[in-house]
Amino acid sequence: MTSAAQTPTELRRLLPADLVERAGCPFDPPAGLTGRRGQGPVQPLRLANGADAWLVTGLDEARAVLADTRFSSDRVRHPDATTDAEPRQVETRDDGMFVFMDPPEHTRLRKLLTGQFTVRRMRALEDRIREIAVEHIEAMKAAGAEADLVPAYALPIPSLVICELLGVDYADRDRFQRNTAVALDSTSPPDERARAGLGLYTFMGELVAAKRAAPGDDLISGLLDLPDNQLVDIALVLLGAGHETTANMLALGTFALLENPGELARLRADPALLDTAIEELLRFLSIVQMGVSRVATEDLTIGDVTVPAGATVIIATPEVNRDPAHWDHPDRLDLSRPRVSHLAFGHGVHQCLGQQLARVEMKVGLGELITRLPELRLAVPADQVPLREEMLVFGVHSLPVTWS
Amino acid sequence: MIVTVDRERCCSSGQCALIAPEVFDQDEHDGTVLLLRPEPGPELHAAVEDAADHCPCSAISLS
Repeated sequence: MTSAAQTPTELRRLLPADLVERAGCPFDPPAGLTGRRGQGPVQPLRLANGADAWLVTGLDEARAVLADTRFSSDRVRHPDATTDAEPRQVETRDDGMFVFMDPPEHTRLRKLLTGQFTVRRMRALEDRIREIAVEHIEAMKAAGAEADLVPAYALPIPSLVICELLGVDYADRDRFQRNTAVALDSTSPPDERARAGLGLYTFMGELVAAKRAAPGDDLISGLLDLPDNQLVDIALVLLGAGHETTANMLALGTFALLENPGELARLRADPALLDTAIEELLRFLSIVQMGVSRVATEDLTIGDVTVPAGATVIIATPEVNRDPAHWDHPDRLDLSRPRVSHLAFGHGVHQCLGQQLARVEMKVGLGELITRLPELRLAVPADQVPLREEMLVFGVHSLPVTWS
Repeated sequence: MIVTVDRERCCSSGQCALIAPEVFDQDEHDGTVLLLRPEPGPELHAAVEDAADHCPCSAISLS
């Protein structure tokens, strides 16, 4: 992958600890964010490397930034305060890291993919996703009355769904899942993670070659006009964006439901609540903690604050999604809350490509789990569930549950 | 209510097709918006307004 792909992780390290550590309730925004309430929707921030940045905490202001492409995502031409790199004048980007591009380069690549992620296509996957979910619940039940929900359920579902989309052969899926699990697990030793990361890169290269030799009806086979390196980048972007995120929403979402038994009981009693429940969990948990940032390409105004050209603007998604101007009692989990446009999938031209897939995965994954395991509960005290505080995507490292 | 869509602005999020499927669909090739009912009945107005508000690229206009 290009170094540009590392940017959000770098940004995460430069933020004050209280903006990312959830010392109190694991479902609430970090104390550094809630402590800034009342200080305005756009606030100056000093990063650990001394650079100035701006933190956006208001929903209207965040939407305005993300809808305005003068706030750039292109980390090659406009490196931000988190990167040491000098801006580079490049004719055209030849990589496939479209999440770090601006229109029109971003538009061209995204448009090649959007047809694969329509509401209709994702709903067509629902039965297959249900098979995968039920299979894993049955395996958990067959193995006993206790399991760690992360490896037993939350991780394999998105992993196998991505295999379906990319057209990974059944015979290769174990290798794919093993490498993915190690590469994305921050608790793995660094050399093992690096090896697994390289393994995935090699895997995607082989997958692209196999599709070139014998195209199927999968996503990669539909993009064979692109050069190999772009195809590999795109496959890795889809894996990175679609695996950890969904897995953490499944595990943290389950944790949040178990810790809000009244809401869980309502959902069990009225499965028609599932659609709004998913939107509310997305809003309430906002697991992409501090990964969304932009660079101002000229002096620009956000609300009544002017930021200078070159400024790094960070969208504080967990806090934006608790904006009291848009939600009553925003710190309360209310599964029947009327749908209000939240920022869990972002906004603007980069809004999550896989959001309709994520919705189906969450609806099926959480729905089957609470229906098929009516006695589901935590197997450890809630304060002993290990949180992914140091990670770009928030969630739990493990979730020991029982259902006997 | 008259609905217009800008397919150049559309970024294929699918929000409109999810929220108001009676009025909006998606092109099967690139997922961009297809307007099924430019003049939806009053029973659909709330959903259409909701869809327009959710559109990440402001591709839906109402008049």
